[in-house]
Amino acid sequence: MSYALELQDVRKNFGKTEIIRGVNLAVNAGERVAVIGPNGAGKSTLFNLISGRFGPTSGEILLNGQAIQNKTPYEINRMGLSRSFQITNIFPKLSVFENLRCAVLWSLGYKYSFFKFLSGLKDANERTDELLDMIHLDKKRDVLAVNLTYAEQRALEIGVTIAGGSDVILLDEPTAGMSKSETSRFIQLIKDVTVGKTLLTVEHDMGVVFGLADKIAVVVYGEVIAFDTPEAVRANAKVQEAYLGSPVADSQVGGH
Amino acid sequence: MAAVYKFKPYNVGRWVIWSLFALVLVASPLVFTNNLSVTMLAQMGIAIIACLSYNMLLGQGGMLSFGHAVYTGLGSYMAIHALNAVSAGQLNIPVSLLPIVGGLTGMGFAILLGWVTTRKSGTTFAMITLGVAELVFAMSLMFSEFFGGEAGVSGNRVAGQPFFGITYGPQIQVYYLIAAYTFVCVALMYAFTQTPLGRILNAVRDNPERVEFIGYNTQRVRYMAFIISGFFAGIAGGLAALNFEIVTAEVVGAARSGAYLLFTFLGGATFFFGPIIGAILMIIAFVLLSELTKAWLLYLGLVFLFMVMYAPGGIASLIMMNLRVAMFGKLRQIWASYLGLGVTAIVMLAGAGAMIEMVYHLQLNSALGDTVKFMGATLNTKSLDSWFGSAFVMLTGLGLFELARRQFARDWSEIQTDIEKEIKRRETAL
Repeated sequence: MSYALELQDVRKNFGKTEIIRGVNLAVNAGERVAVIGPNGAGKSTLFNLISGRFGPTSGEILLNGQAIQNKTPYEINRMGLSRSFQITNIFPKLSVFENLRCAVLWSLGYKYSFFKFLSGLKDANERTDELLDMIHLDKKRDVLAVNLTYAEQRALEIGVTIAGGSDVILLDEPTAGMSKSETSRFIQLIKDVTVGKTLLTVEHDMGVVFGLADKIAVVVYGEVIAFDTPEAVRANAKVQEAYLGSPVADSQVGGH
Repeated sequence: MAAVYKFKPYNVGRWVIWSLFALVLVASPLVFTNNLSVTMLAQMGIAIIACLSYNMLLGQGGMLSFGHAVYTGLGSYMAIHALNAVSAGQLNIPVSLLPIVGGLTGMGFAILLGWVTTRKSGTTFAMITLGVAELVFAMSLMFSEFFGGEAGVSGNRVAGQPFFGITYGPQIQVYYLIAAYTFVCVALMYAFTQTPLGRILNAVRDNPERVEFIGYNTQRVRYMAFIISGFFAGIAGGLAALNFEIVTAEVVGAARSGAYLLFTFLGGATFFFGPIIGAILMIIAFVLLSELTKAWLLYLGLVFLFMVMYAPGGIASLIMMNLRVAMFGKLRQIWASYLGLGVTAIVMLAGAGAMIEMVYHLQLNSALGDTVKFMGATLNTKSLDSWFGSAFVMLTGLGLFELARRQFARDWSEIQTDIEKEIKRRETAL
C-alpha cells in the first residue's frame, strides 16, 4: 500500500542557495495536511516542486507510488494531482462557467478534440453545473471571471482546481487576503469540496489550521521539522522553539 | 429553476445570422454589378478567410504572428503550380478544388514551421514568426524556379474539364467559387471556436500557466491551432491564386503579413466577426483609398494609431458596446454627443487632410503645377493662405473635437454607470 503522496529527500537549489534541504513527507490517502511555517521557509517552493512547476535538484516525489519528479505539470495533473495558487490564477476573460468547463475537459477524455461541439458534451456541462453549485457561484454563471469579487475569484480558483476530479489537491494559501468571516465560510467550502480527497494546504491562520487539518507539517528553513497530529505538533518542543514559540505565532495559537 | 431564466432562443438567432450571411454572399454581385465591384467582392471573400484564420492566432490564441502571409502565400504558390499542372494535363483535379491544395500546403508548412514557432509564446513567438517570414521571403528570391523571380508565376484558371459549364472564365464564376469557400470556411472557423480545443485555446490566451495545471500541454494547443489556422490561410491563398491568375513574391512578404495584422486588429480581434469587418476595410483601403490619394498609407497609419489608443477592441468592440447601450435603451441620450464628435472630427480631418495632400503634392507632383484639388476646394501649395487656412481649420476642428470628446466621455461614463446599476437591479430582482 503506497502513500497518496510521498517525498523522499527532496532538495532544490536556486543557484548556490539551497531552498529545500532534504524534505521527507508521506501523506496517506484521504488525509488533510496543513503545511505551516514562517515566510520564506519554502512552503510554496515545495508545492511548486510537487506540482511540477519546476523539478527538484535531487530526491524523489511519488504520487500514488509513481515517480513524478521529472514530469511536467500537465502530466502530473493527468495522474490525479491538482493545485491552486496563492495569487488568483484563473482565466480572466472567460465566464465562470467556461473557466470550470475548461478545467473539466481533460478528465472526461475530450483532450484536444475539435470535432465535437462543447454544447453537445452532456457530461462536461453537467459536471460544470454541479461544480458551479458546489462553489456557490451558480448565480454568476455567465459573468467574466475578471468581474468577480475577490472572494468569488478565490472560490473559482478552488473550483478550477477540483474540477478535474484529482484525488490529491494542493491549495496554496486559499484564504489569503480574506476577512475572518469570509475565511470561516471558505474553510467550510474547502472541507465540503475535498471530501474523501487527499489535501495539502498552506495556511497561515492557526485557528484554521487546527480546525481543518488531520496532520500538520511544519516547514522551517527548507526542512520539515515536524509532521504529526495537531496536538503532537503543538506539544513538540522543536516546533515551539523554531516557530510556534515566536511571539507572533503565540498570539495566533493563543487566539484559538 | 435557474435553467428557466437562462433560456435563450439561441438556435433561431444563429440560423437567421448564417442565412443572412449566405444571402449577402449570394446577392452582393447582383446589387453591385460593375466589374470593379465584383473584383472587390471576390477579394473581400479571400481577405475574410485570411483575416479570420489570422485571428485564430491573434484573438483566440493570443499569438501575435508577424508572418501569416507565409501560409497564405505558399498556399497561393502551390495552387498556381497545381493550376499550371492541370492546364498541362499532368494533374487531374477540378479547378474548384485547387484552393484545397493551397489549404493543404498552408497546413503542411504550418506543421513544419509551427513546430518551431509555437514552442514559445508571447514576445518570443512574435520574434520567431518574424524570423521565419523573413526566411521564407529571402528564399522566394533565391528559388526562382518555384517562386518565379521578379515576374512571379502566372496561370490560366480556364483549365481542365468544365464542371456543369463552369469554366471560371468570367469573374462572376470565380466570385461564386470564392463565396462558397468563404461561407464554408467562416462556418468551420466559427465551429472551431465552439469545440474543446477552441475553448482551451482561449484559456491558453488568457493564462497559459494555469492551463498546464488543468491537464493541457499549452505548446500542443498552440501548435494545433497554428496548423488549423495555416490550413485556412492556405485556402485563402489558393483562392487568391485563382482570382488573380498570377502569384508574385510579395504574397509571402512582410507587408502582406502586416496588413493581416493591421486589419484584423482594426476590425476587432476580440470578437469572432471583427476580422470580417477588417477584411472588408482592407480591400476598400487597398483598392479604393489607394486610388483616391497617394497618402493613403499615411491615413491608414493614423487610423490604426487612433484605434490602438482609443478603441483597442477594434470596430467590432465599438459596435458591441453601442449595441449594449442600445439594448438598455440609452442610445437616445448619446446620439447628440456622437453627432458632435463626428462633425468636429470631419472638420479636423479636412484641415489635416488638406495639409497632408499639399505636402504630398509638393513632394511628388510639383511638376504638375502648384494647385491641388482637395474635397472640391482648390489649394495652392505655394500660397500662405492655403497653408494658414488648412491649419486654422484643423486647429479649430481639433479644439472643438476635444470639447466634444470630453462631453462624450462624460455622457458615456454616465450611461455605463446607469447600465451597471440596472444590471445589479435585475440581478437582485432575480
